[in-house]
Amino acid sequence: MTYVVKPKFHHPDLPKNKLGYTHRDYEGKVSTLCAGCGHDSITASIIEACFELSIEPHRVAKISGIGCSSKTPDYFLGNSHGFNSVHGRMPSVLTGANLANRDLIYLGVSGDGDSASIGFGQFAHCMRRGVNMVYIVENNGVYGLTKGQFSATADRGSKSKRGVVNSDNAIDMSGIALQLGASFVARSFSGDKTQLVPLIKAAIEHQGAAFIDVISPCVAFNNHAGSTKSFDYVREHNEAVNFLDFITGRQPIHVDYAPGTVEMVEQHDGSVLALRKINAEYDVHDRQAAMSFLHHHAAKGQIVTGLLYVEQDAEDLHTHLNTVPAPLNTLGEKDLCPGSASLEKINAALR
Amino acid sequence: MPSPSALSSVNDFVIRFANVNGSGSASANELFARSVLRMGVPVSPRNIFPSNIQGLPTWYEVRVSGEGHLGARGGIDMMVAMNPQTWDKDVASIEPGGYLLYDSTKPLPKSKFRDDINVIGVPLTAITNSTYTDPRQRQLFKNIIYLGALSALLDVDPKVIEQLISEQYKGKEKLLSSNVHALHLGRDYALQNLKCPIGLRVQKSDKVGDRIFIEGNSAAALGAVYGGATVCAWYPITPSSSLADAFTSHCKRLRHDPETKKAKYAIVQGEDELASIGIVIGAGWNGARAFTATSGPGISLMQEFIGLSYFAEIPAVIMDVQRAGPSTGMPTRTQQCDIISTAYASHGDTKHVLLFPEDPAEAFEMAAQAFDLADRLQTTIFLMLDLDIGMNHRLCRPLKWDDARQYDRGKIMTAEMLDAGRDFGRYLDVDGDGVPFRTYPGTHPTKGSFFTRGTSRDRYARYTEEGPAYQDNMQRLLRKFETAKDLVPRPLQANADKPTKYGVIYFGSTSPAMDEAIGLLEARGHRLDRLRVRAFPFHSSVASFIAEHDFVYVVEQNRDSQLRSLIVNECSIDPVRLVPILHYDGTPITARFIAGAIGDHLDALKITPLRKVVS
Repeated sequence: MTYVVKPKFHHPDLPKNKLGYTHRDYEGKVSTLCAGCGHDSITASIIEACFELSIEPHRVAKISGIGCSSKTPDYFLGNSHGFNSVHGRMPSVLTGANLANRDLIYLGVSGDGDSASIGFGQFAHCMRRGVNMVYIVENNGVYGLTKGQFSATADRGSKSKRGVVNSDNAIDMSGIALQLGASFVARSFSGDKTQLVPLIKAAIEHQGAAFIDVISPCVAFNNHAGSTKSFDYVREHNEAVNFLDFITGRQPIHVDYAPGTVEMVEQHDGSVLALRKINAEYDVHDRQAAMSFLHHHAAKGQIVTGLLYVEQDAEDLHTHLNTVPAPLNTLGEKDLCPGSASLEKINAALR
Repeated sequence: MPSPSALSSVNDFVIRFANVNGSGSASANELFARSVLRMGVPVSPRNIFPSNIQGLPTWYEVRVSGEGHLGARGGIDMMVAMNPQTWDKDVASIEPGGYLLYDSTKPLPKSKFRDDINVIGVPLTAITNSTYTDPRQRQLFKNIIYLGALSALLDVDPKVIEQLISEQYKGKEKLLSSNVHALHLGRDYALQNLKCPIGLRVQKSDKVGDRIFIEGNSAAALGAVYGGATVCAWYPITPSSSLADAFTSHCKRLRHDPETKKAKYAIVQGEDELASIGIVIGAGWNGARAFTATSGPGISLMQEFIGLSYFAEIPAVIMDVQRAGPSTGMPTRTQQCDIISTAYASHGDTKHVLLFPEDPAEAFEMAAQAFDLADRLQTTIFLMLDLDIGMNHRLCRPLKWDDARQYDRGKIMTAEMLDAGRDFGRYLDVDGDGVPFRTYPGTHPTKGSFFTRGTSRDRYARYTEEGPAYQDNMQRLLRKFETAKDLVPRPLQANADKPTKYGVIYFGSTSPAMDEAIGLLEARGHRLDRLRVRAFPFHSSVASFIAEHDFVYVVEQNRDSQLRSLIVNECSIDPVRLVPILHYDGTPITARFIAGAIGDHLDALKITPLRKVVS
């Protein structure tokens, strides 16, 4: 599959977005992942989200680490710059890229090996700093490229394809992101595009550290009975707390929901999240309650999905650093070099 | 009671202050160094300090040299012994005929002194206790009081010290007057009770000129500001932390928009060295000038990313302030021991550009140049400082900047060039210099995007594991390294006044000691041509210099003669032609050491070997 070139022709009546682009303009190369891989569904959801938001593809920077999930940026947004960096180090590379040019959209794609094991520290610290980004973990509980070893998100007691029972405790990426101060936290399932696409759209519009933990079954190594990351298991244990309709600020908001079941959440940039509540008690603005809710349901074997937390007035790293509005990579000598007169003064003070 | 052998010297001596870390002595000691400097006499001070915050011994050594020798000299002519912990060692280290200044408040047994040195007692504790009640004041002013006593003993102009104090405490009149008062308490005691001046004296001179007094780390950080660095990511590690701190304070002064007060820079303290270099590489990939400052252990941690920068061709600048390794080694001691670990950093076949500044002035210039080189060559550039240059004030020529100078951003393909139909292959060698064009992310809606990866790819950045395509790329990287040879600072050669068969190669902070050693060697009848290497890859003049001499000494501050290994390997030199001269005990190399080692080696050549007795 690696060397197959994707045909460029398409149906002339394919729907176009505001920029005049079709879906095809948001695609990348042909995926080299296994047929049926959950990651390919996430790729499709990213394409859908960017198409629907009418994002200029080249204004997105796709950055990943190493692993199956980290290969996927090659399979979407072919007109974007991509960076398949170092195992577990996507967050730092993305942070640097973001500091250099605050005007692009930063899409970080990682896996559970990449983010929960080797890159756990970097994941933690970019969340703490509030880097303006969408951080997607394509979470399958195993190391696929190296043939099915448990990852750190594999649940205790779950069984590997070879029948080995995992005795280590699992890391709950969403729970950790909440604790670390991510200003947008969601969990979804690669098998549920209707839930995932609006979450990705909302995360892109969110001006802060947005984290989406997407359970994405590995058809080759983790889709068997005894796995807690299989398609069947996730479907049976999925406990969605809400469903999101994402509405950008420029569009009229029409509310045709039954009263009391929908909450309109306005984000900092003016976009609105129409949140259809499935669990009437769940409050997406209460970080502590969200953490407790996750833990409580995890103990019962349930996988809580949906928008788990959003901070409407999120701040990002650039705000904290008080950087100029112009991207730093556009500044030249005039802005950056203090010149010889200043240097003379500095010399004089050093005598 | 000076002994008959009392050392006598004007503007040429070494004084060492033995203190306790955290006792506030550093500013008083620095004040001493600056006051000598203000009298027009060159000094080179050095901090000798432990990896500790408070309580352990620390020393501050000032070499006063009217001749202008700035390297460490070795030997101590006067000891200001303020630390009972190190008393015995400190007293023992004084040259015969030298001087010992101590706190004589409490009588010490005769056995604590030496007969062959001149002992000068000042009851510092008694003076401070009778003047001050606050314990912290007692501690701080005690330092200023011994400075006052020294001004009388060494004939340092008190007006000069007062002027420096008034500059330091400008606007804080209370602190100013209390410091001046303390200064005179000590000075008056010495004038009334001791024979002043002693044999060692400071006399006004004009040998300082317009030179400035600055730490290498601060100068390098200023070079980064002038060189256009906008992103700095770093993790604290001695002796490089003060470089990032200096960058922060320079930026606060020089890089804020005057109206909006917004910052034209971003500084992030990373969670570790891996994150720091990751941030630098992400920023470099996205078109900002970015750097990190670190030391040997940080270099070890950054290896994987450095390989990515080499192979994916992303600009980065790493300022390595070297300290004694391996492992944690001696974190507060100097060495030049990261030459190999930077030159060949990371797995696989890699080579990197290294710059070797000799002093703060060159650290400033090379730091700024490093960003041009990184953009031009699209790879990591190492600025190789060390603790001796980085953390000590050094007298050097004033910093200069040409306002007409423009940043060299390297080969950037713009949207206009793409629209004009230019063929863009990210790894395509269009000019034959091995350097391809790159595009910044976000340049063009449909052209010029590419996927950056550490895996192998073809000229158009498409993934491939084909052998010929891989080799083609690796060969181009070698061509690029050849291109670098003519872009980096060239070696500087200084020949002896008469032809000689012998040469010496040295680099970095060894410079002042080497210059001085040449004079010492000439006095022993040995002449040497010298070549100061300023960068790796080596310019062709390095190999020709070696070819022109019978053999060449390579002077460096590490155990394994790392620069020599690099020369042997990269210039295909017969190792026997390069004689290693190695100093690696963590102290800065001295002229005495170099002249001794080379002199003895050359002397030995003159000795006719004994014939074996045939039985």
